[in-house]
Amino acid sequence: MEDNSRSKNRREFIQSGMRLSLALALGSVSGLALSKVVKDEYVWQIDPFECTQCGRCATECVMTPSAVKCVHAYDLCGYCDLCGGYFKPDANQLSTAAENQLCPTAAIERRFIEEPYFEYIINEDLCIGCAKCVEGCTAFGNGSLHLQIIHDICLNCNECAIARVCPSNAIKRVKAENSYLIKGDFSKEQES
Amino acid sequence: MIKKMKLIFFLFTVFYLFSTGISAQQQRFPKPEFESGYEQPSTITPEPRALALEYFDVLVLLVVLSLATWLALKKRSRQGILWLSVFTLIYFGFYRNGCICSIGAIQNVTLSFADPGYAISLTALLFFILPLAFTLFFGRTFCAGACPLGAIQDLVIFKPLSLPKWLNKTLGIIPYIYLSLAVLFAATGTDFIICRYDPFVGIFRMDAKFHMVVLGISFLLMGMFVARPYCRFFCPYGVLLSWMSRFSRWHLTITPARCIQCKLCTNSCPFDAIDFPTNEKEVVKSGLGPKKFLTYALLIPLWMIMGIFAGERSHTWLSKANQDVYLAELLISNPEMKNDPDNIDVQTFLASGKTMETLVQEAEVIRRKFYFGSMIAGGFIGLVVGMTLLNTVVFRKRQDFEPHKGNCVSCGRCMDYCPVEK
Repeated sequence: MEDNSRSKNRREFIQSGMRLSLALALGSVSGLALSKVVKDEYVWQIDPFECTQCGRCATECVMTPSAVKCVHAYDLCGYCDLCGGYFKPDANQLSTAAENQLCPTAAIERRFIEEPYFEYIINEDLCIGCAKCVEGCTAFGNGSLHLQIIHDICLNCNECAIARVCPSNAIKRVKAENSYLIKGDFSKEQES
Repeated sequence: MIKKMKLIFFLFTVFYLFSTGISAQQQRFPKPEFESGYEQPSTITPEPRALALEYFDVLVLLVVLSLATWLALKKRSRQGILWLSVFTLIYFGFYRNGCICSIGAIQNVTLSFADPGYAISLTALLFFILPLAFTLFFGRTFCAGACPLGAIQDLVIFKPLSLPKWLNKTLGIIPYIYLSLAVLFAATGTDFIICRYDPFVGIFRMDAKFHMVVLGISFLLMGMFVARPYCRFFCPYGVLLSWMSRFSRWHLTITPARCIQCKLCTNSCPFDAIDFPTNEKEVVKSGLGPKKFLTYALLIPLWMIMGIFAGERSHTWLSKANQDVYLAELLISNPEMKNDPDNIDVQTFLASGKTMETLVQEAEVIRRKFYFGSMIAGGFIGLVVGMTLLNTVVFRKRQDFEPHKGNCVSCGRCMDYCPVEK
């Protein structure tokens, strides 16, 4: 009987010793991580100056259609009649006819403002984030059309599925309070 | 008119080609001054989920964990745990879309140690620590009630089969391998494989790639007969939880008072996590003894050396999962790929102006990390294999039917079978 209780004591001693060391290990891991912890939440966002419009945003996002959409920085827009983001390079006419449009889902609305200016508005419900218009606008225009991750659609995955395959590493973690890198005001920020 | 347009386009193209890099972001066309009183719309930027809601998730986790613990240890109610896991499935699964989760948080913690530029968010850290701390005191109540992945598998258990012991032990090594790979890939900044190959997240989101849907559904189908296959044979967080649970202070017990050896609970556990009383006669017959124990203990360093060797051998192959290493390797072995206009990665690299030397240098740094990382991972897996074997020859005296503290997920099924009153 005494032998039994002794072995039981030994077992309990080992148990509590192990428990203590595991608690210490957990404590030190969390302590070390705490030294680097931030209170802000991070979200994913595309740096438009690094984006190469490869088109993967349309296909790699876990959402269908993608949480990446084209946004329009109106401050930068030239309101061109011949919009490189709206028309195919070999367009027959500068009209809203479907065969002239670059966008595969006709998500860009073109509206006449005054001679010779036209306004372009993105219909985000139709946009799939393929970046065809962004490519055209960056190549021929001011680059006012660019891709951004829209945060009421984005699930904020632990690791962004697009960031993993982004060829230019343009998708980064940014603080949730500045969750957009819109070209106009963003470029001002960079200069200062 | 059309000709003129084409000419303009041509000029722009030429202009573009000559001016990339210098004036790519320059305003080519000035902002118009409108006369018709047109007002510029502003760019719409919907805000991300509020920070307060993220902290609310932590609070929900804390409440669910406490409730699961209370239900398993104090109230001893299987019914309660069942309903709690339904809530978890709805909240953390279908409402929060399976992200944020404690299993994936392993990678955030790893990355925060490995990458000085990465700051871990408080919510991710708490999701990692809270369940482990609870488990250290109360056993794996997290698995029973607070894990959406566990909940969805627990609900589909239909006719659980008892697996033979050797199969249980062998498959039980997979989580250790998965954990080492996940830590290795996260530490080298390559990939978060736990999140990418989470079989149920596609079901929670009702949207996933085809192969992930197939994986998720096959896990659920398998789960009808092999209870909780992901938890037992894949979950990397389960490894950490089982370490904690083995030495937990208070753990769920099958009987509220004294075991009367009625054997009613023996078939109640779908996870083969009930240890039977030891039959000393059988132990003597099987020839377990100090001699065998010593041999197996001495074999552990050998297993570890084998693991380190295997890690060293496979580090080149493993490192190819990293995009930079892959690209550098591709361009060295197939230089003709540079002329392939369809390879987006190669074309982007060439257009970025980065030299081949910098790319190779960066790739070498990452490969070096893989070299040490794979050896550590290999050694760890070797240790696990050795310890698993050693465990098979260790004889522990047991008089009653007890839950195996490491493997028991505290689901509480066995408690319903116990006829003993408090």
